[in-house]
Parts: sequence; C-alpha cells; structure tokens
Amino acid sequence: MSFQGLIFQDYVFYALAAILLFAGLRVITARNPVHAALFLVLAFFTAAGIWLLLEAEFLAIALVLVYVGAVMVLFLFVVMMLDINLDKLREGFWNYLPIAAFVGVLMAAEMAMVLGTQYFSAEHIIAPAPHPAGYSNTAELGRQLYTDYLLPFELASVVLLVAIVAAITLTLRDRKESKSMNPAEQVKVMKADRIRIVQMASFKEPEEESNTKEGA
Amino acid sequence: METLANLFGSYWPAIEITGWTLIKIIAIVIPLMLCVAYMTLAERKVIGYMQVRIGPNRVGYFGLLQPIADALKLLFKEIILPTASNKYLFFLGPILTIAPAFAAWAVVPFDLNLILADIDAGLLYILAMTSVAVYGVIIAGWASNSKYAFLGALRSAAQIVSYEIAMGFALVGVLMCANSLNLGKIVLAQSGGIFQWYWLPLFPLFIVYFISAVAETNRAPFDVAEGESEIVAGFHVEYSGMSFAVFFLAEYANMILVSTLAALMFLGGWLSPVSNIPDGFLWLLAKVGFLLFFFLWFRATFPRYRYDQIMRLGWKVFIPITLLWIVVVGGFMQTRFAYLFH
Repeated sequence: MSFQGLIFQDYVFYALAAILLFAGLRVITARNPVHAALFLVLAFFTAAGIWLLLEAEFLAIALVLVYVGAVMVLFLFVVMMLDINLDKLREGFWNYLPIAAFVGVLMAAEMAMVLGTQYFSAEHIIAPAPHPAGYSNTAELGRQLYTDYLLPFELASVVLLVAIVAAITLTLRDRKESKSMNPAEQVKVMKADRIRIVQMASFKEPEEESNTKEGA
Repeated sequence: METLANLFGSYWPAIEITGWTLIKIIAIVIPLMLCVAYMTLAERKVIGYMQVRIGPNRVGYFGLLQPIADALKLLFKEIILPTASNKYLFFLGPILTIAPAFAAWAVVPFDLNLILADIDAGLLYILAMTSVAVYGVIIAGWASNSKYAFLGALRSAAQIVSYEIAMGFALVGVLMCANSLNLGKIVLAQSGGIFQWYWLPLFPLFIVYFISAVAETNRAPFDVAEGESEIVAGFHVEYSGMSFAVFFLAEYANMILVSTLAALMFLGGWLSPVSNIPDGFLWLLAKVGFLLFFFLWFRATFPRYRYDQIMRLGWKVFIPITLLWIVVVGGFMQTRFAYLFH
C-alpha cells in the first residue's frame, strides 16, 4: 500500500489501532490494578471508534454504554476498594511463567492459524459496500433481532434474567444488625400507634393534703 | 481558498470538513460556557430571592459581572497537588468530567436542521457520553488519596449508575412513541401543539426522567456525593483553583444538557405550543430555562435525601414505574387508542 493511496479513514484507523494496541499492552503490564482497569476502559473506547469506522454505529455506542459506562465502572469500584498487595501478587511470577508462556504462545499460534488461512486473509475479505445516507444501522439490527433471531434473543434475555435473580438471591441475606426501614410501614403509622393521650388534672387537689396534715 | 485547495490536493475535502466542524464546535461551546457562567449567577440570585436575600449585587449592575469575577479569581488561585496523590489521574479527573458534558452537545438539535452531527443513533450517543462522565468523579476521588474524596466518589458512582437505569428506561418510552433514536425526528414526531408533546402520554416517564436527571447531576436534594455536612465536599475536596472550577463547570453544563434533553424529548424541543405561532430556537431556550429553574427551586426547597433512601427511590420506585409504563404504552399501541401515543 503506497502512501498516496491512504485516505482519511485509513489515518483514523491507524491512529485508533495504535492507541488500542498500546492500551491493551498497558492493561497487562501496568503494575497498579487501577491503572490497568483504566487502560482497559481506554481500549474499549478506542475499539468503539474502530467499529464506528465500520459503520456499526449501534454496536460502537452500545459498547461504550454497556462496557465503559456500566461494567467497567463496577469493575473499577471493586479494584479501588481492594487492598491489593502488589509484592504478594508478583510472588509466584517465575513459577507460573512457563505455563503462562505456553498458553500465550498457543493462543497466538491459534490466532495466526485462523487469520492466515485463505478464508480470513486480507485479500479474501471484501470491504463491505458503504451504505446509502438514509441507512439506519439501529433499525436494521432491531429488525434482525426481533424477526430472524427472535428465539435466540429471547432465550439469551431469559438466561440473563435468571443470572440476575440468582446473583441477587445470593447476596440478599437478612442481617440481624441491619437498621433498614420499611417506608410503607413508616407511612402507615397512625397517631394512636405511637402516642397515648392521658387526661389528668394539672395539679393535685389540695384538700387531701390538708386532711393528712390534720391527721398527723 | 483555491490555492489552499491546490496545495493539499486530494486531502483538501477532509481538511475543509474538519475546519468547518471546528468552527461549528466553537459556535456551540462558547455560548454554552456563557450559559454555564450565568447559570451560577442565576442560581445565587434565584435562591437569594427565595430566601428573602438580594444575592450578589456588587460587581456590575445587579451583579451581572459576578461570574467573570469568580472565574478570574479561580484562574489565579494556586492549584494544590495533595501528597502521595496520583499526578496524572488527579488532573485527568476534571478533564474526564467536563469532556463528555460538552461532547454530548454534538447531536443536540437546536432548530430544524440546526445540528452539528445529525447521526441516526443520537439518543444512544448521548446516553453513552453521559455514562462516561462518571469516570471523572471516580478517578478524581481515587487519585486524591483522601478518605473523604474516596467516599464521595463511591457514593456518586453508585448513584449515577443506579439512576442511569431509570433514566434509560424513561427514554425507552420516548423511543417507542417516536419510532426513532434521532433527536430531530423525536422532536418532529411531537409536532402539532402542546397536547401532542410527549409529556402528556408519557407523564410518569417525564417525571421519572426529570427527577433522575437531578440525581444524575448530583444536585440537591441528591447531592450526597458532596454532602458538605458529612464528607466535607466529597470527591472534589482536594481540588483548588481552576481544577475545582472545571468540576463546577461540568456540573452546570450537565444540568443544562439534561434540561435540554428533557425539553427535546418531552416538551417538543423547538416547536411552539400553539400551532399558529412559528417554531424556533427561542422556544427551546424558553423550555430549557423553565426546566433549569426547577433545579434551583429544588435546591432552595428540599432537604438532602438520606443515602439509602436515594437508592431505594431509584431501584424500587422509579425502575418499576418506568417498566410498568413501557408495558402500558406498548399495550395501548396494539389497540385503537394507539393514536394517543404517537
């Protein structure tokens, strides 16, 4: 590919790809887990940018909305609150290195094998034709999900719902020392439940007292 | 122009578009910054009158130059970096707070065809941008290396994530009625006078959206992230000078943003309430101003919510209400009353 052949989109792609690779590398090399998580956020965000170049705007924005906006926030939440001892984490580094290196090399080899085949090499993948101006990625995706893929879509949502219910049930245990209140009960309280109005004279009758005095 | 075009050759169209876009961005950001500055003055004046005070009235007529004086003061103040804080993240925090607050304006239509980027998934883009804003708060709280700042950041993050769900569901109702994610199309779907605007058929969602918006911007009565009586000033306790001012700017820019979104989605945007008066940008301005006044009114009126009650309101009241109303809207769309929701 000659320099002259590059168009504006290519520059954007290479810039985003460089940032993505850098961020991905820093996720595994950063010493501080919080930094690593933040680099992962950067990686997601940049990946969304690359998806935008592919005209997959719904997926790109959903990636930012779901992974950056929700998942990574909770992730960061946990990582920040953990008291992580970095020295202890790095203790077994040399022991684990052989296995880790083996797994890493295997994964790289697998990816190379897939991408190197004739089906996936760059010459065999035709760039998708650019869509006309009125094309709506979101509407198209929605139509696919709710017509052709309705059953898998609904199944996936039910599986997720079950997972949510299970996770909440696991964490929902009644602690005895909990001081949580029930606002419905608080609102239902009537005057009669809380206070008792007693009618009594504001001072004692003096006659009895004088009687006792006389008796003494 | 011609010589420039020849100089850059085939790259000229890209450069030309970038240049024009930059000019448009400046044309949006500068008025927005002015709005933010005068919003602070309006807040002090309005709350002042509500509490039978006068408010700032020394700098300029009626205190009109007060925001400029404040900005100058903050500019010249020293920025203090706490010991053992993380230098880069400490300054990244304010930047990450204000950047999404401005970036979201890219897809906001001010009038018919008066919009920076008329993208199809505009509403999703805004939701994505506002959800990124939470990072500024979290990073600021963590990088300050201070307990109060960290507590404030945790409170704020949990609150923003929780209310985002209710807010998102409230917007799903709008999407169902308008059949589009494009903000311009959502406004146009409401044309035909005040009773065609979505506040009427989607009234519960409108209320939920607006209260969630107040919570999302960490404003009173949901300002436990700052909670000056409990955790000093929350996540920005260690910030001074301009770095503090940026958080302040972001808060007000977010207020204006969520009010504009509410005006666009529930109050008909730039459309006029009566069909024989022309539509225009001034209507949008009036609606946004009306909604912003509520933010100030709330602050002068309500005591601060307790934290567990904020969470209860978000998860156990608002989310069920929005889910229920989405089912109601969806159900009615299948009957002959469907015209009510279009």
